[in-house]
Amino acid sequence: MKDTVEIRWHGRGGQGAKTAALLLADVAFKTGKYVQGFPEYGPERMGAPITAYNRISKNPITVHSNIYEPDYVVVVDDGLLDCTDVTAGLKKGGAVIVNTQRSKSEIEAKLPNWNGKVITVNAREISEDALGKYFPNSPMLAAAVAISGVMAPEVFLKEMQASFEHKFAKKPEVVAGNMKALKMTLKAIA
Amino acid sequence: MKSTDINERSPWQDITEGNQIYEPATSRNFCTGEWRTSTPVFIEEKCKQCLLCAPVCPDSSIPVCEGKRGEFDYDHCKGCGICAKVCPFGAIEMKEGK
Amino acid sequence: MAIRERLSGNEAVAYAIKQINPDVMPAFPITPSTEIPQYVANYIANGEIDTEFIHVESEHSAMSAAIGACAAGARTVTATSSCGMALMWEELYVAASDRLPVVLALVNRALTGPININADHSDSMGARDAGWIQIYAESNQEVYDNFLQAYPIAEHKDVHLPVMICQDGFITSHGVENIMLVEDDKAKAFVGEYCPEHYLLNAKEPMAVGPYAVSNYYMETKRAQRQAMLNAKRVILDVAKKYEEMTGRKYGFFEEYRMEDAEYAVVIIGSAAGTCKAAVDHIRETTGKKVGLVKIRVFRPFPEEELAKVLKNLKAAAVLDRSEMFSATSGPLGAEVRAALYSAKAEIELVNYFYGLGGRDITVGDFEKIFDNLEEIAQTHEIRDMYAYIGLREGDCHGNSL
Repeated sequence: MKDTVEIRWHGRGGQGAKTAALLLADVAFKTGKYVQGFPEYGPERMGAPITAYNRISKNPITVHSNIYEPDYVVVVDDGLLDCTDVTAGLKKGGAVIVNTQRSKSEIEAKLPNWNGKVITVNAREISEDALGKYFPNSPMLAAAVAISGVMAPEVFLKEMQASFEHKFAKKPEVVAGNMKALKMTLKAIA
Repeated sequence: MKSTDINERSPWQDITEGNQIYEPATSRNFCTGEWRTSTPVFIEEKCKQCLLCAPVCPDSSIPVCEGKRGEFDYDHCKGCGICAKVCPFGAIEMKEGK
Repeated sequence: MAIRERLSGNEAVAYAIKQINPDVMPAFPITPSTEIPQYVANYIANGEIDTEFIHVESEHSAMSAAIGACAAGARTVTATSSCGMALMWEELYVAASDRLPVVLALVNRALTGPININADHSDSMGARDAGWIQIYAESNQEVYDNFLQAYPIAEHKDVHLPVMICQDGFITSHGVENIMLVEDDKAKAFVGEYCPEHYLLNAKEPMAVGPYAVSNYYMETKRAQRQAMLNAKRVILDVAKKYEEMTGRKYGFFEEYRMEDAEYAVVIIGSAAGTCKAAVDHIRETTGKKVGLVKIRVFRPFPEEELAKVLKNLKAAAVLDRSEMFSATSGPLGAEVRAALYSAKAEIELVNYFYGLGGRDITVGDFEKIFDNLEEIAQTHEIRDMYAYIGLREGDCHGNSL
């Protein structure tokens, strides 16, 4: 990983893109990094496009602006590709990670301004298989970690296990499902 | 700092923080009776001790002791005349001056 | 050992409140400060602290209750933002003139209108004349550190003034960052117990708070209030020194960033200072130009002489205001800095720019442009736009944007 990695999340209000950004900050923090996780705030409206950001660095971070030239972009809802220029400012050599059930070529066709790497993740299939419900957060988080290389996959899994056990202390039955979703995503991308 | 130690010649250094007053009932020290331009006179023989006058006095200048009102507290009575107005028996009359 | 954590600015303030365990918290929710009373209410519900939370019907009542509680002898805290603070207006002056050490966690947000929920300083800058000590933060770490220092400053016998601990709405209040927390026992020992000499609930000393003062007393009272502000300067530095001994983190009236040999500087308040630091580093590394930053931490009392000393030998400086005051000239910080430089008989080139109103973002690139501009002004001694707006969309006619 380079000194500072900047990630921009695109999602819709209520889908958990902000939560995913905060989870990524959380897990990177636990591996000793300096982190920022912040949403771009406006009036909160379910379904409206929202943006969230991560800076993850080996050094203290002082910048408090939004991220205009991210290293990676994560799109939690492929419907956003029709209304938002998700790859705006995306650095050459970076990648856009899209949650979709469509084929990679279909997604690429929706990103005419981007010639770089496109990674598709079928978070619905993974989530429904692992959890029996559609929660795109865990798969997209795993994909962001795997593609950005902000930490080794085994370190990530270890930290997430502890994190889920803490978070779901009152419903431990969902821990295994969430861990399975992470592992399935890592495997699908590798 | 006692409130009596502070007056209109006190320098700012001697004023308490936020003008706080660290003792009770300092209004007694302020003789508002000096403001009076007309004065209530208590006519004891007409008084039935109904005590309608005492609670309406804005300056608590009608002392009541053992169910009976006494003479006016002229140190604090401003001469507003409310007591005379409320008395049903003409036992309080207002006269000009102090 | 200090505790390594990652918290949002609101979480950091709530955590400081938990460590302090104040006696009373009257509060009314308003974005983006709502989370602070929410977190504190959770701590109370979980039995972690025994603060008396007062559910009030408005911010006017929140500050009124805070004044009452503080006068009664309770250590008191409240939190608000924007229009909430505007509704407290009358009471802000009462708390200050009654010399009550209330602490207010202010999460800076633009005042309406147009209605907007994002960061700028129009709320606290509007209240700058209310008699409150105002301390601003660049980051979550700073707002936490400032909060722990608030009561020792406010309650000091030579001060007895309310303190506003300010942070930028959403940018730091809702952004999660690394933070070093002080251990509970050390935090508690640092803040200490509140033992007021005079308080309303002391049956042995009946007292009156906030009596009417006629003209013969009002001016003397205000002069005494000014003295408290003057005394606060010494106390703020003393408390910062003790805090540094405990944590190693150094605080003063302002932070000088790479100012040792600087020729050009930006003077700014709040979270954007961090973004400016990145610009300063980048310019110095890539061009060797001597640029620096002065970040104001304490705005009330205003460190006039100290600031002028740092700025007076620069070639040029830009003072950045995150609020308009519609004087049709400068912004609030711009006016203060210019006055300070005039008193110091300094002759540097000075511009005053507006930025970040209603949450408008400011980037490293924006700061680089500002430094370019300062260099040009120093060379030509011509100021084209004394009061420019950073990042403003501008029509064809000549206007004031950079």
